[in-house]
Amino acid sequence: MNNFSYLQATKAKEATGAKRDDKSSAFIAGGTTLIDLMKLNVENHDQLIDVNMLPFKGIEQSNDGLRIGALERMSDVGEHKLIVEQYPAISQSLLLAASAQLRNMASIGGNILQRTRCPYFRDTAFPCNKREPGTGCPAKEGDNRNLAILGTSDACIATSYPGDLSVALIALDAVLTLENAKGKQRRVPISEFYRLPGKTPHIENTLEADELIVAVTVPKAEHARKSLYMKVRDRASYAYALTSAAVGLDVQGGTIRSARVALGGVGAQPWRSKEAEQMLVGKPANESTFRAAAAAAVRGAQPYEHNAFKIEMVQNTLVRALTEVAAKG
Amino acid sequence: METNFFEPTLPPVNAVGKPMDRVDGRAKVMGAARYSAEYPVNGLVHGVLKTSDIAKGKITNIDTAAAAKEPGVISILTYQNIPKPAKVPSTLKEEKKWQAAQSYLPMQDAEIHYAGEPVALVVADTLERATQAAALIKVSYQVEKPIDSYHDPKADLFDPQKIQNGKTDGHKVRGNPETAYASAPVKHEATYVHAINHHNPMEPAATTAVWEGSDRLTVYESTQNITMSQGSLANLLGIPRDQIRIITHHLGGGFGCKGSFWPHTILTVLAARAVNRPLRLVLTRPQMYTSVGHREDQEQTLKIGATQEGKLVSMIHEKKSTTSPWDNYAESNSKVVNMLYACPNFSARYELARANVMTSVWMRAPGEAPGSFALESSMDDLAHQLNMDPLQFRLLNYADKDYSDNEKPWSSKSLKECYARGAELFGWSKRNPKPGQTRRGKKLVGMGMATATYPVHSSQGTARVRLFADGHAVVQSGATDLGTGTWTVMTQVGADALGLPPEKVRFELGDTRLPTAPGSGGSQAAGTVSSSIMAAAEDLWKKVIDMAVGDKKSPLYKAKPTDVKVELGRMFLKKNPQKGETLVAALSRSGMTDIEGMAMGKYGSGYEEKHFAAAGGAAGSPEEPGGKNEKGEEKKPSGHSMHSFGAHFCEVEVDPDFGTIRVTRWVGVHGVGQVLNLKTATSQLYGGAIFGIGSALMEETFRDPNYARYTNHNLAEYHIPVNADIPDMKIEFVPEKDPYINALGVKGIGEIGIVGVAAAVANAVYNATGKRMRSLPMTPDKMLQALRTSA
Repeated sequence: MNNFSYLQATKAKEATGAKRDDKSSAFIAGGTTLIDLMKLNVENHDQLIDVNMLPFKGIEQSNDGLRIGALERMSDVGEHKLIVEQYPAISQSLLLAASAQLRNMASIGGNILQRTRCPYFRDTAFPCNKREPGTGCPAKEGDNRNLAILGTSDACIATSYPGDLSVALIALDAVLTLENAKGKQRRVPISEFYRLPGKTPHIENTLEADELIVAVTVPKAEHARKSLYMKVRDRASYAYALTSAAVGLDVQGGTIRSARVALGGVGAQPWRSKEAEQMLVGKPANESTFRAAAAAAVRGAQPYEHNAFKIEMVQNTLVRALTEVAAKG
Repeated sequence: METNFFEPTLPPVNAVGKPMDRVDGRAKVMGAARYSAEYPVNGLVHGVLKTSDIAKGKITNIDTAAAAKEPGVISILTYQNIPKPAKVPSTLKEEKKWQAAQSYLPMQDAEIHYAGEPVALVVADTLERATQAAALIKVSYQVEKPIDSYHDPKADLFDPQKIQNGKTDGHKVRGNPETAYASAPVKHEATYVHAINHHNPMEPAATTAVWEGSDRLTVYESTQNITMSQGSLANLLGIPRDQIRIITHHLGGGFGCKGSFWPHTILTVLAARAVNRPLRLVLTRPQMYTSVGHREDQEQTLKIGATQEGKLVSMIHEKKSTTSPWDNYAESNSKVVNMLYACPNFSARYELARANVMTSVWMRAPGEAPGSFALESSMDDLAHQLNMDPLQFRLLNYADKDYSDNEKPWSSKSLKECYARGAELFGWSKRNPKPGQTRRGKKLVGMGMATATYPVHSSQGTARVRLFADGHAVVQSGATDLGTGTWTVMTQVGADALGLPPEKVRFELGDTRLPTAPGSGGSQAAGTVSSSIMAAAEDLWKKVIDMAVGDKKSPLYKAKPTDVKVELGRMFLKKNPQKGETLVAALSRSGMTDIEGMAMGKYGSGYEEKHFAAAGGAAGSPEEPGGKNEKGEEKKPSGHSMHSFGAHFCEVEVDPDFGTIRVTRWVGVHGVGQVLNLKTATSQLYGGAIFGIGSALMEETFRDPNYARYTNHNLAEYHIPVNADIPDMKIEFVPEKDPYINALGVKGIGEIGIVGVAAAVANAVYNATGKRMRSLPMTPDKMLQALRTSA
């Protein structure tokens, strides 16, 4: 890890004003991804700006819905009564992630910005288009077992966001509040926040260099109250998803009124599947509907040598998640 | 032949066997127990390795300019300027004096043979500065395309004749295996694949080298064998053994990877000499994957022939695996296949392919662990094929003697008791023999079992016992404690040898200034060190008996020393046990403050030879006294075959939609001779089973086929079981007396716990799903694929 200067910001403007660009400086909250990547020399910042003292806290319900401060910790949010009861998919996505120690440190804003676990990205001995544009993508012929099958490009097949929370957030139409150095705030739906790799896999989102995530809001909805996050992984805890599904259903009289579907572990970004949702709305909540939705969700999937299994596994994950959430009534 | 002063009968025990708390437990939880990287040393500086990005090629330039400018950097050593060892390692290898698993020493020239090979060693005043300076070194390479494994189309498979670097025959033939297999009415053939596994001890390997003058060296080393480290360094440096002191008081696990001498140790010692400062080097977690060996990627093909009644008639075992550019290492999988069941015909052969990887090395039950996966999976298949219960099928082929070793009788074998007790604890009778029939919610449920075994690896070592007249004692042996409990169990052995309560006994280990002991590896430490302590105690007993029989105040005054027996610290007349006194009582009258005993103790065949050859029975047994046979010839002791045995029973749940396999119940019952400490022994067998479950379900190091470089060299992506993966487990021991193996009848238990585990899981998966998993680890993707394949 290189030497860096450290600034502890007490006001938002102090933090955003100090941020020059994404290469030379970085914000640090929990540090659970950033410190890792700096130790690996994948990221080398001259300056770290500590944002932990900023007042981006709070977990509140208003008429609009849920608001989570970006500096709330994963464990606090995951265990919060309001979230457990009204937004179960968000709670589950947090509590099924990482380990207790990491959840106690990692912030919500940082989680949304978590970077890929693609092994080629994380080891500077390998070429990687995401880390060093134009060097190539060895993952396509290598260790691609846990990489993406949807939304990838020739330049990059990483699951750019490997975590769980954003899968639930994208399913439930979350909106991010961002604030820049001028103190100006803007709201970006999380579905427009992440960028597909295309020819520029190193650009992962629409966050400007001087912008901080301030809060996440999630609209109140019946499909949020009846939501669920399901995760399939190699071991029972402390493992990234092979596949996951965040679903929300509003079923009335056996018919699906509204549906939300997002998939994890399979997309180049957290994968909202409107295709699956369209197959659900207006249909009876039964297995054949769920199967049809799952088939729609993976249409166009492009597997590599070691990750073709995800095509079936993610469909089964989605069907199981939908079945369980529908059974909740 | 040495005459036995004391009969080699198993002594009564008091502290031994009890579930005593660890004597080092408090120090460990208080952070007071020092590991090799934790000793405070004046003037200490820190070393960090820069390792190779590429797997094959040549260094064309090493640019150290930026690194050298970093604050605190003291020296940057490369092949161009690091001091050379006194002798060339390859020669030493031939002399077998350099006890290295890998004969190649990096940083001697510009050639690169494997990814992660050290190319520079940076020394700085702090670890952080050394780390950053190492990152700033720019190494340019002329890159060549590497060979990644035996799968590589460019790899050449060859017959090594001998494996384990010449220690073991690669070829073994018993009877006429091909003919017997050809004519067997029931046949089974299958190929089993085993992924690369890494040991991943919690404590990374660390070396702290402190030169005291030009020819005296102290090394705080994370090694399972201080004697080996000392000897290897003595030979490499060309200085006498006694001038090198190795200290290893605590280890955070090793599982075999700290049982050999590895390049980073000598590089650290040489660098410390170059900078003339005490130097510490700790391998990073990623470096642990390319510095201390691994379990090699391999596949085994096993053919088994049987009669219609289910009697085995032939086994043919072949193994292919990857080795390094220099060494012929392969785990000897065939040994366990050869010995576990009664089968008259057997053959084994090995094929290796050279690749750009470091030399693989023994890892917990090397050979037995993967070998038993093949054998015990095939046995399960055969039982199914023959429509027999897998346990009954094993009993039908029960080996009443060791067919792999001249049909020697077993020194002890409690396998039938293990099967029976394990089956009872587990509820084996409730198993539905038809696969795929049992469901729990959406999950498929299955039960499986497998046999466990591990050999007694004969060994020897010395110990010193010092008894003080005030009733306390110091017991010493240069053993190591992997974290498994050597500190504790040897305290218990010392207590019983001298008849003292354990709190009056201090055991010392982990220092080459102590009497020489073997390393902790091959499950030999407990058996050898306990035997050494008992031998040293006998030496002390004799001295105290001599004092007592010459002391008018002793109840044993004028007794013949050979008429006196010692049990739990009390000397008494064999013919009149009432008449006697304690060792401490006799010693306290003598006016001496203390008395010392020292001797060599043996484990395994050496023990039997020493203590039973005089008895001269067919197997040198005391029950069958020696003398002449009916033809008037002297009966020759042929000895016993010595092994531990056990049985695993496993229940799994398989999710048919996801292919996830979770172990839901586990029972292990083992016959391992005298258990030294019920608590630490049970923990070690839990650990063995958990290690095996990891290997069965999730452990795999992925080597990129184009770069021959590991991609998941960290503990987030190299999966080992977490608590949530492990169910409540039951571990039991069956009582077993074995007088032939050592003074207390102790068999090592470090490795038997893993042997057969992967097969027990695979057999349970078969029972659950009807699908046979032959590739480890059995990850969800493979299970899902199997579930979708008909047949």
